[in-house]
Amino acid sequence: MTNPIVERERGLVELERRIAELRDVNVDQPVDMSPEIAALEQKYEEILREVFGNLSPWMKVHMARHPNRPTALDYIDAFERFDELHGDRHFRDDPAIVGGFGLLCGRPVIAIGEQRGRDTKENLRRNFGMPSPEGYRKVRRLAHLASRLGVPIVTFVDTKGADPGISSEEHAQSEAIAMCLYEFSQARVPIVATVVGEGGSGGALALAIADHVIMLEHSTYSVASPEGCAAILWSDASKAEEAAARLKLTAQDLQGFGIVDEIVPEPLGGAHRDREAVIARVLGSIDAAVSRLAAMPPDRLLEERYRKYRRLGSWESGQQESDGSHA
Amino acid sequence: MPTPDWLRIRRSKDGDGRDAAVWSKCPSCGELLYRRDLAANGHVCTRCGYAFRMGAYDRISAIVDGDFTEIGAEVQAGDPLGWVDKRTYPVKLNADREKSGLGEAVVCGFGQIGGHDAALGVMDFHFRGGTMGTVVGERIALLLEAARRRKVPCVLFTASGGARMEEGMLALMQMAKTTAAVARFMEDGNFFVVVLTDPTTGGVSASFAFQADVIVAEAKAMIGFAGRRVIEQTIRQKLPDEFQTAEFLLEKGAIDMVVTRAELKPTLVRLLGYAARGRRAS
Ligand SMILES: [Zn+2]
Repeated sequence: MTNPIVERERGLVELERRIAELRDVNVDQPVDMSPEIAALEQKYEEILREVFGNLSPWMKVHMARHPNRPTALDYIDAFERFDELHGDRHFRDDPAIVGGFGLLCGRPVIAIGEQRGRDTKENLRRNFGMPSPEGYRKVRRLAHLASRLGVPIVTFVDTKGADPGISSEEHAQSEAIAMCLYEFSQARVPIVATVVGEGGSGGALALAIADHVIMLEHSTYSVASPEGCAAILWSDASKAEEAAARLKLTAQDLQGFGIVDEIVPEPLGGAHRDREAVIARVLGSIDAAVSRLAAMPPDRLLEERYRKYRRLGSWESGQQESDGSHA
Repeated sequence: MPTPDWLRIRRSKDGDGRDAAVWSKCPSCGELLYRRDLAANGHVCTRCGYAFRMGAYDRISAIVDGDFTEIGAEVQAGDPLGWVDKRTYPVKLNADREKSGLGEAVVCGFGQIGGHDAALGVMDFHFRGGTMGTVVGERIALLLEAARRRKVPCVLFTASGGARMEEGMLALMQMAKTTAAVARFMEDGNFFVVVLTDPTTGGVSASFAFQADVIVAEAKAMIGFAGRRVIEQTIRQKLPDEFQTAEFLLEKGAIDMVVTRAELKPTLVRLLGYAARGRRAS
């Protein structure tokens, strides 16, 4: 399926080309073309605002899936240092998960990300960023290591979901994800998760139980993909646009529910239009959160993490009982 | 003592839910079974051994020795997304309450199993396909917290189509909530047993179901992360019949044992017995 955001960008390319041409010509023209250029640029800005200024949830889904959108490794490679660690120590190394030691703003961290491909070849190698059980077991291993060493965990979430294949079922995908959740809920170090693209269901949550959850302005995070939700509820995947609107999967919706703590703004038209600025902004937010959380004693960190997830939901009850005791 | 609620409203809701029907078709082998024979056989197919889906209160009465004290029943669903498709979410919930006689897709409480005090939670597929929304997550978390305070083991029966779409991300967050409660319960040295029943998939299988110390499954139960249809669409071929069955998972090393319905309670009693005698001095 073609990405409607990419389609819209195609229309703008022609205008961009004409502006660039006029600029080139203007240099050695006897007549000053500046007013024409300014007018075209203004028109360009207007179109940009009209096309990208108010993205519907469905358009955000496509923005989150944009082929040029910065991926986990684009952020991790912007750390001062990254040494990748491989494998689940049992069966294989899953390229849909990258992880290892890194230095972020001078601080050692364990960085873990869901990595989709930046071109077709890489996408095939990385299974379109859909991790297998082996990938989640690598996540768990690295999170456990971080907890043991007292090194913060920094994750980048970007997946349509966990791989739904035969081998993944044979290798107990459920158990692999379940034990990631367990590890993250118990890790005695700060965890900062950033949803940089698509946060698809349990496969995304496996990296996202965190003390501080960041989302990019146009990233999405959903209980199921809109296509999947439409298929499950209405047996009709073509109703995905309607599902996207109903699921409340935007960063703005999720901040309202208390699921997301911080939204990092993107330039008009999406993160890929100014990658460096977006990456710097995200790393800045992560560093600020890690610094704040690193000052907390581990017991307090765990207690607050427990309370945060314990509160999430929407229910009515006469008497509300909650466990206030310490872990 | 007056008849407790759970006994009064307990009812049989197996197969396709049409109580009046005389025949039930086995979803596993296709055999047509006379309802009375099926009931006499503990709702287990007389031909292939498939254990029919069981109502939560039927299950509780089959597992506990006597009394069962329900907790968390006061927790009822909100409508966080204001969900509407053909019907609103509150209308769907009401229809399921009437149809199933249940308040939600899980019933939690305390009772004795073979003389062992235990926390018991039973999911019921007849309510919204056993999907996990806030109430399921909240009731299970309350149960585990109470079990932790009482220092008693916990047995959870799962039956679920996954996360409940109509509660969106707040449904997904129940995976995190139940996990947090499971982890605290287990890290304190308490014993956690899960019984996977037909079907257990998605957000439930990928959270508390596969975090237990011992994972038991009922014969022929369908258990997996992704639904069969999704996998078939992804790989563009038909899956073998035994794929994602309890027996398949046992062979792959994902679960501890497959147990017939008749053996289920005796098995649980023995497991609780080992844990009780091995319990570290507190
Ligand atoms: Zn049968």
